[in-house]
Amino acid sequence: MNAITLSRRSLLAAGGALVVHFAAPGSARAQLAPSGRAPDKASGRTPDKLSSWLAVQQNGDVLAYFGKVDVGQGIEVAIGQIVAEELDVAFQRVRVIMGDSALTMNQGGASGSTGVELGAVPLRFAATEARRTLVEMAATKFAVTADRLVVTDGIVSTADNRRISYGELIGGRDFDVPMQWNGTLGNGLTARGLAQPKPHSAYRVVGQSIPRDEVTRKVFAQSVFVGDVRVPGMLHGRMIRPPVAGAAVVSFDQSSVAALKDVRVVAKGGFLGVVAPKEWDAIRAAETLKVVWSNAAPPFPDQAQLHDHIRAAKVLGGKTEFDEGGVDAVIATAAKVITADYEWPFQSHASMAPACALVDVQPDKVTVWTGTQKPHYCQIGVAKILGRDPASVHAIWVHGPGSYGRNDAGDAAIDAALLSQAVGAPVRVQGMRHEGTGWDPKGPASVHAGRAVVDDTGQMVALDFATKAFSRVDIESNESDPRHSLAGQMTGLGLKHTPAFGAPEGAYAVPAKRLSWASVAPLLELGSPLRSSHLRDPVGPQLIFGYESFIDEVAFQTKADPVDFRLRHLPDPRAQAVVKAAAERFGWQPRTAASQVAAGDIMTGRGIAYAQRGHTLVAIVVELNVNRSTGEVQPARYVVAHECGLIINPDGLRRTIEGNIIHATSRSLHEEVMFNRNTVTSVDWLTYPILDIIEAPKVIDIVLLDRPDHPPLGAGEASTRPVAAAIANAIFDATGVRLRKAPFTAERMKAALGVHV
Amino acid sequence: MTHALTLKVDGATHALSVDDPDMPLLYALRDELGMNNPRFGCGLGQCGACTVHLDGVAIRSCLTPVSAVSGEVTTLAGLGTEAHPHPLQTAFIAEQATLCGYCINGWLMTAAALLKDKPRASEAEIRAGLSGLKCRCGAHMAMLRAVSRVAQA
Repeated sequence: MNAITLSRRSLLAAGGALVVHFAAPGSARAQLAPSGRAPDKASGRTPDKLSSWLAVQQNGDVLAYFGKVDVGQGIEVAIGQIVAEELDVAFQRVRVIMGDSALTMNQGGASGSTGVELGAVPLRFAATEARRTLVEMAATKFAVTADRLVVTDGIVSTADNRRISYGELIGGRDFDVPMQWNGTLGNGLTARGLAQPKPHSAYRVVGQSIPRDEVTRKVFAQSVFVGDVRVPGMLHGRMIRPPVAGAAVVSFDQSSVAALKDVRVVAKGGFLGVVAPKEWDAIRAAETLKVVWSNAAPPFPDQAQLHDHIRAAKVLGGKTEFDEGGVDAVIATAAKVITADYEWPFQSHASMAPACALVDVQPDKVTVWTGTQKPHYCQIGVAKILGRDPASVHAIWVHGPGSYGRNDAGDAAIDAALLSQAVGAPVRVQGMRHEGTGWDPKGPASVHAGRAVVDDTGQMVALDFATKAFSRVDIESNESDPRHSLAGQMTGLGLKHTPAFGAPEGAYAVPAKRLSWASVAPLLELGSPLRSSHLRDPVGPQLIFGYESFIDEVAFQTKADPVDFRLRHLPDPRAQAVVKAAAERFGWQPRTAASQVAAGDIMTGRGIAYAQRGHTLVAIVVELNVNRSTGEVQPARYVVAHECGLIINPDGLRRTIEGNIIHATSRSLHEEVMFNRNTVTSVDWLTYPILDIIEAPKVIDIVLLDRPDHPPLGAGEASTRPVAAAIANAIFDATGVRLRKAPFTAERMKAALGVHV
Repeated sequence: MTHALTLKVDGATHALSVDDPDMPLLYALRDELGMNNPRFGCGLGQCGACTVHLDGVAIRSCLTPVSAVSGEVTTLAGLGTEAHPHPLQTAFIAEQATLCGYCINGWLMTAAALLKDKPRASEAEIRAGLSGLKCRCGAHMAMLRAVSRVAQA
């Protein structure tokens, strides 16, 4: 047994960053090792070189280095298609290598549905430039001009049928060709060469529904997730979280885990972990270790008061995103002002498994195996918490158990880094279910207030939509700064909170319009299980629930059909097209009042909602049933019209949209993080229920509007946004009752219908 | 004190010793035998990611004490191979019925046991038989199509 307690003396300032340095008595490992050289620097990989993006092997196969990762939607297929297209090779020849900090550029990781929209851009240009380079090499060899050559699946040939393959031209050697890099890392990174990409009219691979090899691997038990990585000498770590959020460890009783083999306890502040050679021993040690925690004041309000708390809370910051036409003056003089308020709860990523990370801290280098969406930022965060040069840290991305933004993966990597440093061995930290749901960063709770004035012709003349909420980046959307990790906060790193939220995008044309937001302080400054960050479409479900419910309310209150009302206020022809496409496919019957059609206990309704995310446009019509006696809301049929520019892979896009609709339906009907005064009480699938397959809709009918003349746009999140409003609007159509508080649980529906049990 | 056990998994017999006879089968399969499926999702029997067959019956290995296992364990790796796939594996590929795919172990193993009992299961029976399994990414529609494809073949 070897208890390791982390002392305050071990807090060192290094490199301008506050880092925690864990004293490990008896450890043979040097604490401040000389920095290793970054694998990326060692290999000379920088974004301004074609060789950093693409390589051709001797057999002609192509390696494409992609600095984002797949979070389950198969983006590697779309990237492979784009590379194969521009390079003129068969898709099967391209292997996409994702997210390894030593092999790929920092393109920001999976982030904001930008995988295709931004992430593919330098890959497309790199493939284009590689083709140009290879054709010129062949032209020199054949002593012809490049325009006399044709390329078919990586074979360059002349009119008189002389041929040479890409593999023969450069196989196994690096391209020595520059790329013009914009000097930016992250999502905004772009780089391009001299060559121009193909016109879309020439596409043969892009636009095809090529399936994912990864599905085959998963179905045959061949896939490797981050939790499957094992290295020699690896120990198993488990974290222990305080019973009252904000409490710190006063003491622990090592003898309470004496019956378990070689358990070591690592503690500092609120950070407490156990490490053992056997996983089952680590699990039992975490359950049985006797810990005395400090008397922290209960940090949270009664949950019933949450939204009133937000309304009353001091504003830390905010922004008026749009303000034209003097809304206040129009409202002040209007005969009638329509108003409504909406409320959205905290929600959990509740990924399919709690996060796992494996970190091996050695004297001269650190290796991290992580399922995070943002491995390059994880590399930096692990380096900072350890006081190392990021160049000495190698982050290897491995598939994670689903990821929808800043989930618990970033925290797991920092936890594992501290444990590995403390015990001097590679440590695999696997979260338990209560951590994956109870302690992951949460999607922020919010309140939204709409005000509108409609003139005699039925047109809106004033629209005011104001949001007040917890910040969407109470902790940042990546773990590059340990102050934004649970371990960093629990070991005492302070944090200045950043106000951030947003306003609805899109263009309802109203002469006087204001869209604004304000964000409030977190309920607990540091180490909070309710710290908020990015969860799929970080502020979209909240905003569009309020906004599109309100637009619907305004339509019905002025005796307008909600589809017609939207079309009358949407001047953008692309927006018109998606709304019309959804309504037409559904067979929308105009209505100017709630239909309230019922058969026995079952009331049936239809609702529409429209949303824009970036430049991606979505309109949804849903038909659903409300059970009058149980309160259950059951979406039966969705029609989704979706426009995201050029479509790279139609089937892949359909699966992505289906996932969005199911995930968002779950969030709309069921998901609300529960908490008491002390901590979060949603800790598993019983206390944080999600949509069951019995409740899945009968049909999700997807209408893809392809715009091949428009650049490809993001699709990973856009169709999440309008789901809650479409459901709420259909509930109104079915029942005549507005639900202005999400989720629309059976209990809440029953209460709204006045049903008493 | 260690306990000697024998586990029959996917047609092979393994001798192992464990400290705790109550350790769930999941950890024997993953940590002692080095298998990647089944998977840990909740450890509470609530999600199904850990599902294996015990003598053909789908069980949650995260709740089953290793010492209580005396029959034949089949994991996803033993359900079928690329050369000899189970019809559900073929159907899941045809329908591209995973998103992140972490949960797929539970859906495939549970569906295989369901279709063994009800080879012509209706969609309602399939939904009822798979109820309780969790999929967080929302691959439900494609998985329903895949299982129905086999039941209606």
